[in-house]
Amino acid sequence: MRIKRHPILTFERGREITFDFEGRKIKAYEGESIAASLHAAGIRVLSESLRFHRPRGFFCAIGKCSSCLMEVDGVPNVRTCIEPVRPGIKVRRQKGGIGRINIEVEKKIHQKPQLETVKTDIAVVGGGPAGLSAAIYGAKYGARIVVVEENPRLGGQLIKQTHKFFGSHSQFASVRGIEIAERLSGEIPGDKVDIITHSSVVGYFPEEKTLIAYGEGKLIKIVPERLIVATGAQENFLPFEGNDLPGVYGAGAIQTLMNVYGIIPGNKVLMVGAGNIGVIVSYQLLQAGVKVAAIVEAMPKIGAYQVHASKVARAGVPIYTRHTIKKAIGKEKVEGAVIVALDEKWNEVPGTEQELEVDTICLAIGLTPSTELLSQAGCEMRYIPELGGPVPWHDEDLETSVSGIYVAGDASGIDEASTAMLEGRLTGVAAAEDLFGATKTTRKEKEEIIRALDELREGPFGERVRIGKQKLLTGGAR
Amino acid sequence: MSYLENGIVSPEEITLPDEKRRKKGPYAVIECVQRIPCDPCASSCPFKAITIEGSINELPRINYELCTGCGVCVSLCPGLAIFIIDESKEGEEGIVGIPYEFLPLPEAGEEVILLDRGGKEIGKGKVERVKKDKKTKTPVVYVRVPRERIMDARFIKREGGND
Repeated sequence: MRIKRHPILTFERGREITFDFEGRKIKAYEGESIAASLHAAGIRVLSESLRFHRPRGFFCAIGKCSSCLMEVDGVPNVRTCIEPVRPGIKVRRQKGGIGRINIEVEKKIHQKPQLETVKTDIAVVGGGPAGLSAAIYGAKYGARIVVVEENPRLGGQLIKQTHKFFGSHSQFASVRGIEIAERLSGEIPGDKVDIITHSSVVGYFPEEKTLIAYGEGKLIKIVPERLIVATGAQENFLPFEGNDLPGVYGAGAIQTLMNVYGIIPGNKVLMVGAGNIGVIVSYQLLQAGVKVAAIVEAMPKIGAYQVHASKVARAGVPIYTRHTIKKAIGKEKVEGAVIVALDEKWNEVPGTEQELEVDTICLAIGLTPSTELLSQAGCEMRYIPELGGPVPWHDEDLETSVSGIYVAGDASGIDEASTAMLEGRLTGVAAAEDLFGATKTTRKEKEEIIRALDELREGPFGERVRIGKQKLLTGGAR
Repeated sequence: MSYLENGIVSPEEITLPDEKRRKKGPYAVIECVQRIPCDPCASSCPFKAITIEGSINELPRINYELCTGCGVCVSLCPGLAIFIIDESKEGEEGIVGIPYEFLPLPEAGEEVILLDRGGKEIGKGKVERVKKDKKTKTPVVYVRVPRERIMDARFIKREGGND
């Protein structure tokens, strides 16, 4: 169902078009992703599991999890969550979830193999808050920059953040994430920065110091002097019975569907996780007119800021700490959920099961840094639980163990968008310094950014990241 | 139970002005009791009544001699944690200003259901006025509330529900 009116957002839908889904005519609007249009038409099952052919829907909706792979116009394994709809396309599900390459179709698409080569001072992988900030600040100090983003739109997760940001003025406090995305995009100097959207960086060749990106039928070879990786993070998953049913979505996916495309995920939701993301998305669901049955949190305490938790509490959403989801009910899609209390040793307390009538289960249980590219580039990786998992070793300038490769934002350790922007700025300045030499201005700029980062992380909510970064910095050298 | 378990701040944790100030005119109540990195309330106050001293993570403090209850901070607060209270008028009712980001917006004169910090219905109130704010997109709904509920009523629900 598409949202008609929203207290914060206005949805400017593109031209109405139709496409074919397994012989069925589906109405869509230009600008939507295939998966979003299908969801609006009531189609939740997009794929199936390899061996047991269990129904699968999308999970991440940002092109990272591959549970929405479908065949589009004969091309197999298209990530339909980030593939824009086009009039008349033919979309179908794949047997066993994975499709085989059809040589005839491929030949037609790639009649003349297109390979572009781009040379630049700095390549930035990822066009979210960190990547865009890196580009702005790198360009500010004279670098030519290429930004590669795999989604059709710039802004990363900012484009679905309808809440006002915390922090202080220089980190856009009181401005909503969606507006921050627009402001950052607007600040990018077009004469110095080239943007490539809807293209994924698929590999880095350390010997040639070359990135390969693929998108819209084109291979692009990018040869940068310096590389900034700002690939963000991916949603964590949780083991429970029925967790693969369509209707079990990541919190980010629900935000994409609801706040980017204006499509509600369902009518009644169980939220798993009472960290900031869990309570913020619960509030956003209420704003979109969706009911939230409850928020469960396995920890004894709510992880979110009190002010965020208070917003949903006064709207009547119960938060149950020391509770978790036991199972999802349903055959083809979620039709309910069972929650259960946990004791001090994290064991389920028998007899405390409660069945909730919900059609959607939202997982907001944390994020893992997306660091595959850094790992492949040969950066020394460390497993730091406080930072969300495997992260590249980096110094104070966010340079990794591979000279000339920097990391910024969630890929350097899970934190807030406000700190991601600061980290992006820092890498932009540091990489430019590295290229053209440090000056008084660059040093001062870096100092100010580092001071702002320390200040944001100084409080109790910054403790995890503080500890994590400390472990990373002190835990050995390159 | 504390707010760490259910999200509900208890009234004892909230700073209020003294009796004399309460009778003088409207004032802001900041229900932000946990250290987080945030300062727009302090930087936006036109009367410099709100301060965050030292680190940005410190709790905001409000000087009730300077606060006029203007409500600028209410729409700006990213946590929607500031309310305006006016108990200066004689009579059985006071006014509570609540940040309200839902549709449809209630209209002046409309009767709405009052909810407490835990979302429990605690009676009815009449909407006095709705202050819209184009920049922040956070309207503030001022509701007439029975005097004894003025420290509990923190949210509203429209009769017949929302959209």
